Amino acid sequence: MANKLNLEVVTPRKLVVSDEVDLCTVPGTEGVFGVMANHAPILSTLNIGPMHYNKDGDTVRLAVSGGFVEVSNNKMTVLAEAAEVSEEIDVERALRAKERAEKRIQEAKAGREDIDMARAMAAMARATARLKVAGKMS
Amino acid sequence: MASLKDIKIKITGIKKTEQITKAMNMVAAAKLRGAQARMEEFRPYADKFASVMGDLSGTADPNVFPLMEEREVKKVLLLVVTSDRGLCGAFNANIINASEKFLQSQRDAGKDVLVGCIGRKGYGYFSRQGVEIPLHITDVMGDIQMQDARKAGQQLSKLFLDGEVDEVDYIYGRFINVVTQKPTIKKLLPISATGLEEIEKAEEEGPKAAYIYEPEPEEILNQLMPMYINVQIMAAMLETGASEQAARMTAMDNASRACKDMIESLTLAYNKARQAAITTELMDIVGGAEALKG
Repeated sequence: MANKLNLEVVTPRKLVVSDEVDLCTVPGTEGVFGVMANHAPILSTLNIGPMHYNKDGDTVRLAVSGGFVEVSNNKMTVLAEAAEVSEEIDVERALRAKERAEKRIQEAKAGREDIDMARAMAAMARATARLKVAGKMS
Repeated sequence: MASLKDIKIKITGIKKTEQITKAMNMVAAAKLRGAQARMEEFRPYADKFASVMGDLSGTADPNVFPLMEEREVKKVLLLVVTSDRGLCGAFNANIINASEKFLQSQRDAGKDVLVGCIGRKGYGYFSRQGVEIPLHITDVMGDIQMQDARKAGQQLSKLFLDGEVDEVDYIYGRFINVVTQKPTIKKLLPISATGLEEIEKAEEEGPKAAYIYEPEPEEILNQLMPMYINVQIMAAMLETGASEQAARMTAMDNASRACKDMIESLTLAYNKARQAAITTELMDIVGGAEALKG
């Protein structure tokens, strides 16, 4: 029996990852969970956050946002609206996005009603996830 | 009969036009490759999405999900996906004609019709027709982004959920191959379980495993449905984008060929006129010489 897990990360833009991995950890809506080979079939929605997978001792980290993950027959498919490997992340841009989101959240709390709190929070989460993955934030 | 000079000017003009159409043809060919690649990159995502939606909706009760709710249809919205730019033959005209036909059939059935537009060409046409256009998104077809599809999806879902419209369909230029693009109408809202089952059947692959669902299937479905709408709109935009380039390529190819034909016939006319002029001149000289002799 195979002891590797076939992982695919798919976004609307491209197939980000297609690899045989040992362990993959994803940010599920009900909590972060890890998947190894021969995992029971599961379907879960994803939060915005960092995910990573291990392959032969190496760890690859990605920032994912929005989507779901399906595991069946030793094949794991992550469908995300966006997924970036740590090297691809534009740290400058993420930092700017974070500042902007922080400001908007503050303003929304201060009573401005024209700001969509949910959107600002999502933007904040995306920026934070990117920074975490890029190793610029613990 | 046009003078020699007139013909010469015309030939030069057409030669210039030919250069432009040839260049546009090549640009369209290059862009088509890009658009086709993007369409193909998007396909695995869309397919996977559809198959998961199919799996889930088998268990779903349409009454629980507001986006699946079947109401008596009084108001129909048609989302028309066209290109932003012209000069691509009858491509946009075909989509608009098919849209008009559809709208007329809906009007005949006593329903109110609204139009939504993605792409400047469709919006340009329908804004002159006096139909209500609750949403239009233009200048996005050059670089098709998911966020544009999302914007459209959100607005359409809102209209549907607020009861402003009871059905949403969309029309786009389906890319069959480089020479054939077909305006195609599909239903977007309400999401029908039967529609999803068809997709599911198409990709049946052995017995289905019993999944662990996290959170509950209904909850997942609730989250995925709005995304599924975006995916459908995105797919329609990408297909229209590729079709547009293919249509432009063909149109420009035809135009270049027409230019060549015109140049050929004008050159013929030019040569004939030139010969006629020479003959007349000779006749004059000969006539003059004869007169002097006499």
